[in-house]
Amino acid sequence: MSVTGYQGKKSIPRITSDRLLIKGGRIINDDQSFYADIYLEDGLIKQIGENLIVPGGVKTIEANGRMVLPGGIDVNTYLQKPYHGTTTVDDFYQGTMAALAGGTTMIIDHVVPEPGGSLLAAFEKWHEAADKKTCCDYSLHVDITQWHEGVKEELEILVQDKGITSFQVYMAYTEGFQMTDSQLYEAFTFLKGLGAVVQVHAENGDLIAQEQNKILSMGITGPEGHVLSRPEELESEAVFRAITIGNRINCPVYITKVMSKSAADIIAQARKKGAVAFGEPVTASLGTDGTHYWSKNWSKAAAFVTSPPLSPDPTTPDHLNSLLACGDLQVTGTAHCAYSTAQKAIGKDNFTLIPEGTNGIEERMSIVWDKAVAVGKMDENQFVAVTSTNAAKIFNLYPRKGRIAVGSDADIVIWDPDKIKIISAKTQNSALEYNIFEGMECRGGPLVVVSQGKIVFEDGKLHVLQGMGRFIPRKPFPEYVYQRIKTRNKRMEMLGVSRGMYDGPVYDVPATPKYVTPSPSAKSSPTKNQSPPIRNLHQSNFSLSGEPPSSALPWEASRQLEGYNNTSKHYKHTAIIGAQIDDNIPRRSGHRIVNPPGGRSNITSLG
Amino acid sequence: MSYQGKKNIPRITSDRLIIKGGKIVNDDQSFYADIYIEDGIIKQIGENLIVPGGVKTIDAYGHLVIPGGIDVNTCLHMPYLGMTPADGFYHGTKAALAGGTTMIIDHVLPEPGTSLLVAYDQWRELADSKSCCDYSLHVDITRWHESLTEELEALIKDKGVNSFLVFMAYKDKYQCTDSQMYEIFGIIRELGAIAQVHAENGDIIEEEQKRLLESGITGPEGHVLSRPEEVETEAVYRAITIAKQANCPLYVTKVMSKGAADVIAQAKRKGMVVYGEPISASLGTDGSHYWSKNWAKAAAFVTSPPLSQDTTTPDYLNSLLSCGDLQVTGSAHCTFSTAQKAVGKDNFTLIPEGTNGIEERMSIIWDRSVTTGKMDENEFVAVTSTNAAKIFNLYPRKGRIAVGSDADLVIWNPKEMKIISAKTHNLAIEYNIFEGMECLGAPVVVMSQGKIILEDGKLHVTEGSGRFIPRKTFPDFVYKRIKARNRMADIRGVPRGLYDGPVHDVTTATKAVASTPSCRGSSCPGKAQMAPLRNLHQSGFTLSGNQMDDHIPRRTTQRIVAPPGGRSNITSLS
Repeated sequence: MSVTGYQGKKSIPRITSDRLLIKGGRIINDDQSFYADIYLEDGLIKQIGENLIVPGGVKTIEANGRMVLPGGIDVNTYLQKPYHGTTTVDDFYQGTMAALAGGTTMIIDHVVPEPGGSLLAAFEKWHEAADKKTCCDYSLHVDITQWHEGVKEELEILVQDKGITSFQVYMAYTEGFQMTDSQLYEAFTFLKGLGAVVQVHAENGDLIAQEQNKILSMGITGPEGHVLSRPEELESEAVFRAITIGNRINCPVYITKVMSKSAADIIAQARKKGAVAFGEPVTASLGTDGTHYWSKNWSKAAAFVTSPPLSPDPTTPDHLNSLLACGDLQVTGTAHCAYSTAQKAIGKDNFTLIPEGTNGIEERMSIVWDKAVAVGKMDENQFVAVTSTNAAKIFNLYPRKGRIAVGSDADIVIWDPDKIKIISAKTQNSALEYNIFEGMECRGGPLVVVSQGKIVFEDGKLHVLQGMGRFIPRKPFPEYVYQRIKTRNKRMEMLGVSRGMYDGPVYDVPATPKYVTPSPSAKSSPTKNQSPPIRNLHQSNFSLSGEPPSSALPWEASRQLEGYNNTSKHYKHTAIIGAQIDDNIPRRSGHRIVNPPGGRSNITSLG
Repeated sequence: MSYQGKKNIPRITSDRLIIKGGKIVNDDQSFYADIYIEDGIIKQIGENLIVPGGVKTIDAYGHLVIPGGIDVNTCLHMPYLGMTPADGFYHGTKAALAGGTTMIIDHVLPEPGTSLLVAYDQWRELADSKSCCDYSLHVDITRWHESLTEELEALIKDKGVNSFLVFMAYKDKYQCTDSQMYEIFGIIRELGAIAQVHAENGDIIEEEQKRLLESGITGPEGHVLSRPEEVETEAVYRAITIAKQANCPLYVTKVMSKGAADVIAQAKRKGMVVYGEPISASLGTDGSHYWSKNWAKAAAFVTSPPLSQDTTTPDYLNSLLSCGDLQVTGSAHCTFSTAQKAVGKDNFTLIPEGTNGIEERMSIIWDRSVTTGKMDENEFVAVTSTNAAKIFNLYPRKGRIAVGSDADLVIWNPKEMKIISAKTHNLAIEYNIFEGMECLGAPVVVMSQGKIILEDGKLHVTEGSGRFIPRKTFPDFVYKRIKARNRMADIRGVPRGLYDGPVHDVTTATKAVASTPSCRGSSCPGKAQMAPLRNLHQSGFTLSGNQMDDHIPRRTTQRIVAPPGGRSNITSLS
């Protein structure tokens, strides 16, 4: 298999000795389910089948007919996001530990450079921190926090040498990250050229800033101000705009954090019209809603602060799960970005200062199972697709990740669909003192989690090593995303119309722009003085592209070709517009008729 | 009636007229009655009217009598590179009257950065001396800055202008940012005016124009290629979102594509107060002509947003107009001669924009919508006249045949067939974008201010006879709902006790960040600070809820620090 080619970037010798046999499980991929044993060695899946011949003394896990899934991929985490000099309490260690406990064996974290700072430097910083701390494989997105020419070079290096092929741009945060539409257009064009996946944080930042001012001036300072200042419409508007820009350039658009029904609907509609667009709902939007912003308990309300905010509409999670099940939305992330209550309290007197982010890295798989599979919206194969396979395809990790196949990484989860767990801050693996899903009962959870061929979670206990996660570099132009784009590129060449030169009279403007500039104040009526000479020219009896007879022909021809829709009517072909037969029309008699200056000759001779 | 008297022109007061035997068509009903007109006003309606002797009688048997059309969107004096359109107020209004339109609302387009009031005065002066029919003015806000607020107030309170257009296109010239639009919409709502929007995404257009010019496309087809339908649709969607936030009624001028019309229709369904105005061009023809081999013909169609290349668009827009999803019709009449258009012969971005349609509007809608059975005669009156009068607060002075209303009437012959042609139209331009189109339905008599303007195919207009019609603020048709929502939309915060838990100390951190704004320090300014901060995050303070962290084993490896200051004031935090 070609898969093996992916390996070897950073092989860690300490795990190579692990040999493992998973017996009697039902393997679930996104396309089919079947019973087979799996033999793992050197962190890879070596054999799949029945009655496998394996070396003696291999550790065996009895799956007893339980489901064996590809490990989850969490496509959106912030485990080191800086905010006013502080960073999230769940760092790469704490965060990936929680991920593994929930059945997620790979994360893609966001690098957030200082606006104006070097993307490469920020990447190195994240890379270094993650290499030391993560317990599961990881990759990185880089957020483009400011667009300028110098960024382009860094982007090229990141894509070509560093294995980073996805970049997030922001349509919100006027104080820092936000890009204008022109910048988005440029950025999309450039990133498409590199074969990267463009991720968009979609919210209308201009309007948010206005709303925030308004709401603060009304004296509302609590977390409810956060959602009041970021209504659902501002999210869906930005999604609409992002997709429009993407369509113009024929660039794929990936919307991170789909939080509202209307935003999801826009993505679904755009896909129906053929746009290459992807939508990523997160644990929070799939599992809970925004009614908690009105909680009397400040710290509880603040815990839900994230952007775009959770929708106050309590039917949102159900709707998003439905769209996820039918394929209108494709992947699930968490946007896990955990700030402690003390950190959140930075904004206790001003909701705009509350650091944004919710938990979800540990709960993601269980919540999707409970809300979508357990209720019959999606089947186990679709579950694998939205929690793992689609992400691997979009971000070019497939089939190394996202599939149980010979040659793939041994990131495997044995899943118990009947396991019931009550989510609580008391039992979670995150360092947070709260959990936005507190008290939620979830059906479905991991029994055993295997990462890089090692058992990291078993019998409710984690066995992780800080720093054992590897950085997985990714290649540009993922087939799943770019195949269609490439075909369309070929087909979308725009062609102009080849015409003869226009050789009729041309209104003489060069003088006027010069004339306008020195008198920018529209005092009395500068245009008035000019109108008499202009007027005559309009009504001159010049002939368009030649003498009436010759000009008539192209008109005739073109009109016959184009035709009007109304088939029931006939054209009077005698009515030739091209021929300027003004002379005999009495209504024009009052005007001076001026001969066309220069006649059929070159326009430059126009007086 | 109290409406009258702003600018009485004595020369028309002697006109007395009776229209006999016609079927009066208003937007709500049709009925047979005679109409007696005196002093430019409808004085009596009914049968067997008692009128003074020697009154001129017009026979309307077999015809419809409808309120004169109102063209809500004309640009008869739009300056472009020092040129003005070939049809000024005189030719434009003459053509309007010939087509059955007895009132226009023209756009005042000030130079960006100049005074709106000065531009308004300039337009007033011109129109007063030239216009042949009653008119009113929209003012376009070409460059927003705070100081314009006063001018808006003056225009609204003293000058009778209650509608303003903002541009989402024409980057670096007229274009407004989203923030500016929000501000403007807020002010407009406070003052009770109508926010009109030219909806196209100027940023995208500029980029597309660059790209096309670079690829060597310079002809008029570049115009439509650089302004695809989606760019219009996107802007309409955004404008509606902004208007919703500002709780301001929104009026989208020039609805040219199916996508844009659909967005408006959907927004209405969600309860937005939004109006959409298709124009003669988008209702009567399509954008396939941009690919004409004849440059002059292709250029004649250049307008923004452009006509849609989708040939089913006119039919679709007529359907939405019939079902009420779109409400009013304009013409966006702005005609530059071919020589003027040729300024952009080597670069489509320089072609002056605008199409004709002021004369053809009524006939095209009748032909496309009424004769095809999409709408009835009452709906026809609604979309060509009544709705416009209601939205722009001219009702019932205009837009209705009723006692006391202005005597702006049209006797309409639904069976008359006309072929539109540049040879016979009343415009000063040498082309017509509807050339050769056969239209069923035309005016036989047009009456403006009680005077007969068109009769027996002959026009009798007087330059300067048109009056400026000032408009009042807060049109009921638009603002009743907005007012009710304003009362409902009060946002209230949650009353909570003060948060008295620990607060992460940012004062030192922010200072540190502020002192290193340069990108150089990006290596790791946060890292140095991380160590002391770390402990604080994981402190075992109690929230106002119950945080029972103490007995959780997984935390044993972490240092537990007592919350500094405990429940006391946060300022004591070290």
